[in-house]
Amino acid sequence: MDARKLVKMANDIARFFEAEPDRAAAVAGVAGHLQRFWEPRMRKALLAHVEATGGADLRPLTLDAVQALRG
Amino acid sequence: MYSVKEPDHGTPARQGEATVTVTIDGHAVTVPPGTSVMRAASLAGVQVPKLCATDTLEAFGSCRLCLVEIEGRRGYPASCTTTVAPGMKVRTQTPKLAQLRRGVMELYISDHPLDCLTCTANGNCELQEQAGVVGLREVRYQGGATHTDAAKDTSNPYFVFDPAKCIVCSRCVRACEDLQGTFALTVLGRGFDSVISPGKTAFLSSECVSCGACVQACPTATLTEKSLVAHGQPDHVVKTTCAYCGVGCSFRAELKGDQVVRMVPDKDGGANHGHSCVKGRFAWGYATHADRITTPMIRRSIHDPWQVVTWDEAIAHAAAEIRRIQATYGRDAVGGITSSRCTNEETYLVQKLVRAAFGTNNVDTCARVCHSPTGYGLKQTLGESAGTQDFDSVDDADCVVVIGANPTDAHPVFASHLKQRLRQGAKLIVIDPRVIDLVRGPHVEAAYHLQLRPGTNVAVINALAHVIVTEGLAKEDFVRARCEGPAYETWKAFISDPRHAPEAMEAHTGVPAAAIRGAARLYASVPNGAIYYGLGVTEHSQGSTMVMGIANLAMVTGNLGRRGVGVNPLRGQNNVQGSCDMGSFPHELPGYRHVSDPAVRALFDAAWGVTVQPEPGLRIPNMFDAAVDGSFKALYVQGEDVAQSDPDTQHVARALESLECLIVQDLFLNETAKYAHVFLPGASFLEKDGTFTNAERRINRVRKVMEPKAGKADWEATCALAAALGYPMHYDHPSQIMDEIARLTPTFTGVSYAKLDRLGSLQWPCNDAAPDGTPTMHVDRFVRGQGRFMLTEYVPTDERTTRKFPLLLTTGRILTQYNVGAQTRRTDNVAWHAEDRLEIHPADAELRGIADGATVELESRVGKTVLRAHVTERIQPGVVYTTFHHPGSGANVVTTDNSDWATNCPEYKVTAVQVRPATQPSEWQARFHAQAAEQLGLLPRGREEA
Ligand code: SF4
Ligand code: SF4
Ligand code: SF4
Ligand code: FES
Repeated sequence: MDARKLVKMANDIARFFEAEPDRAAAVAGVAGHLQRFWEPRMRKALLAHVEATGGADLRPLTLDAVQALRG
Repeated sequence: MYSVKEPDHGTPARQGEATVTVTIDGHAVTVPPGTSVMRAASLAGVQVPKLCATDTLEAFGSCRLCLVEIEGRRGYPASCTTTVAPGMKVRTQTPKLAQLRRGVMELYISDHPLDCLTCTANGNCELQEQAGVVGLREVRYQGGATHTDAAKDTSNPYFVFDPAKCIVCSRCVRACEDLQGTFALTVLGRGFDSVISPGKTAFLSSECVSCGACVQACPTATLTEKSLVAHGQPDHVVKTTCAYCGVGCSFRAELKGDQVVRMVPDKDGGANHGHSCVKGRFAWGYATHADRITTPMIRRSIHDPWQVVTWDEAIAHAAAEIRRIQATYGRDAVGGITSSRCTNEETYLVQKLVRAAFGTNNVDTCARVCHSPTGYGLKQTLGESAGTQDFDSVDDADCVVVIGANPTDAHPVFASHLKQRLRQGAKLIVIDPRVIDLVRGPHVEAAYHLQLRPGTNVAVINALAHVIVTEGLAKEDFVRARCEGPAYETWKAFISDPRHAPEAMEAHTGVPAAAIRGAARLYASVPNGAIYYGLGVTEHSQGSTMVMGIANLAMVTGNLGRRGVGVNPLRGQNNVQGSCDMGSFPHELPGYRHVSDPAVRALFDAAWGVTVQPEPGLRIPNMFDAAVDGSFKALYVQGEDVAQSDPDTQHVARALESLECLIVQDLFLNETAKYAHVFLPGASFLEKDGTFTNAERRINRVRKVMEPKAGKADWEATCALAAALGYPMHYDHPSQIMDEIARLTPTFTGVSYAKLDRLGSLQWPCNDAAPDGTPTMHVDRFVRGQGRFMLTEYVPTDERTTRKFPLLLTTGRILTQYNVGAQTRRTDNVAWHAEDRLEIHPADAELRGIADGATVELESRVGKTVLRAHVTERIQPGVVYTTFHHPGSGANVVTTDNSDWATNCPEYKVTAVQVRPATQPSEWQARFHAQAAEQLGLLPRGREEA
């Protein structure tokens, strides 16, 4: 899957949850969304992107959510 | 089967309890106050002669045929305009009345052609019938002046206007005004000189929108369907449902054998109450169009000629390919797309096929590209992925907010209903970048038109909420009683922040702060405020956020849970609500239950005898990305045309070309079928039984009026494919599929064909708690328990204008065409819309040297296309607009793959573009036409014309 697109999609999700003042809830919100709505190969490709680049172009909240998913 | 002749009680029913008892020719009858004497008589079984009255219109009292005698009253009052009073004694037949009626009738007939035997209406003409009823035997006035040689107007493709036969009863004029709200017809002149006219021009060039209400109201052959002229009077009737838009109008298909003579909207239709638009009433000719492909076909590569095969061969080939691809690339390399134009039963079966026989959750539906944010946003806030009201609820609304929707074009019958309410005095707020017809029309004017810049919906909805909260207009007691407290407090603090103030947002939205403040006060201060919205809300990068913003606004003003209020998505396609309900989304089983829920899966595992996968599958845009990427290889598409309807056409084409097996099931060789390896012929809505669910959650029956042209209804083809995959599904009739849906879906437990036949239609939830269905949702509590306010930060879209792309393109649809146009382009509706045009403001046009009608190139970051310009002030400067009904105009070559953050619903409504004069088609169009020619050449001989 095109990592550039997945990064944009994941960041778009994060931009919604960034309004949430409770940081833990925001991280859970993004991670939960990826878990509930992304097909596994998309999540895998995003994780691979994080492995390979350390999370290039990901917003901090997106990165935290991806780490939480890996957790 | 129903009788061809419908009862006509003369005047409309009155609401309320029957408390007034009157006696008609000795028969006692009890009716609600306000009922006419004529209607009371009819209900007592006594038909009073009439001409100018019909029960779809308020009485007018012009023909004087319906005179009666009332004990204790002088003279001969007209029974249609006289209302009942307690104890009234009415006589409808006396020698004096007979004499008066014969006199009236004689005058009419003296100015009427006496060609009854060859007249289209022969046997079904109210004038003819009434002449018989009143016992007219001679006409004394002969040789005087008449209108009998007045010229016919045949300009409308669907009906003729023959003024020679007109009795000037003005039923047509009243139908156009009261039912349709278009005011296209007038009575010109007075007395003998009066004539009916569509504004002193021909029907086709008039304001007429061809809804046909006047044709239906006309008691004579003056206004007549051309199909009736061609085929003669029908001999039987089958009730069914329109297969076009999400209004879901009920129709009486009037037939002669299996020939449709005409479609007449059903007075008992829950959504339409006897009204319709041009599409449903007239545009059904595509069903028998010569372009229909009625034999299965297969081919090895998309550049090979199609080979006609039997159903068995086509199905066996498709099944073998699916299994080969799964063996080579893995179980999840295949998927399916269900159709929002097919029935609930068919959609349910396709998702069952994918989940149970393919063994994957890679199933999606075209709702992905229209209302998926509605599903997500309403579920998060209110707890159910559907509109909250029935259409009739609008009768109790005091202020109606229409956001990103153009009902007069896209949901015409609802628009007529809404306009009735607006003419009664309800206030209107329109939030739309374009000056849609509702903003200013005959006897309708919006109190506020918030003409925002495309892409700034959330900024506007937040600003409205900000005004309501900071000006103390919130209904705190409703919120306290019905919503989650902590979430409300967080939201209140969020929305009160000055960054959401209309003044702060004005620079983004382009909407004057004062207008936002005025609109917010209006919506918050009326007893009942109702919101209706369309794809201008959902098809944005913040589509889901906007839906939540709308729900927030309704909750904070207490506008939920009763008639006259609510949050109402106007659904695009006939069964888009149903296709979502039926589990078409990759993450949800029927009834919107997530696949990760073990209890839900266990239910389906047991019923289907398989193991349903616990992970969500690919959504349509993800399928395309995975196809380009090489991990997705086979797709079964029922009744959708993704190659035309989905954004970034060239990317979609690359994805479809990457598939090793594309199975397309459709009526026509659509754009997607040009990339297919297996073609399964589809069945039109006239050829099968089933149900559609409209935008108000109303389940309506679709009934078969003719045998499937290709030998199989769509559900039968899906069953055959499942059987060939080693997963036989046993159904003899779609009613059994609905029984299975009812067993497995809590909101459908009470639904059955028997009950639908008995009650006409049912609005889900329909179960033990609501055996007759649920017109209004969330009455005492929200489906999720307490309503949840969501934080809706405005995030500007990444699609920005630049020097290179200085204009914003937004897309939409028009009245006479439907979606990708595969159906409507194959009807006479092309008389109104033969091509897609680019609307551009005069200032932007002048700057570029573009005249009205000129050929222009439209370029975005992803593609270019060429079409003709329409210079108009409907659109604001800086914004251009087009429709996507014709594949060659390539609107979606230009739209990008930006999408809603939550659902991947594409951002069709905002694309940065440049427009410049052009002289020839774009490169894409040249390729498109070459491919179209190649693909038609690959059809079996004799079919090249398709
Ligand atoms: S056209 Fe038909 S409905 Fe209209 S006034 Fe004439 S007879 Fe009546
Ligand atoms: S077809 Fe509809 S819009 Fe046209 S004149 Fe008749 S009622 Fe009016
Ligand atoms: S309003 Fe919609 S459902 Fe009704 S007739 Fe028109 S297209 Fe069909
Ligand atoms: S039917 Fe009553 S006046 Fe015409």
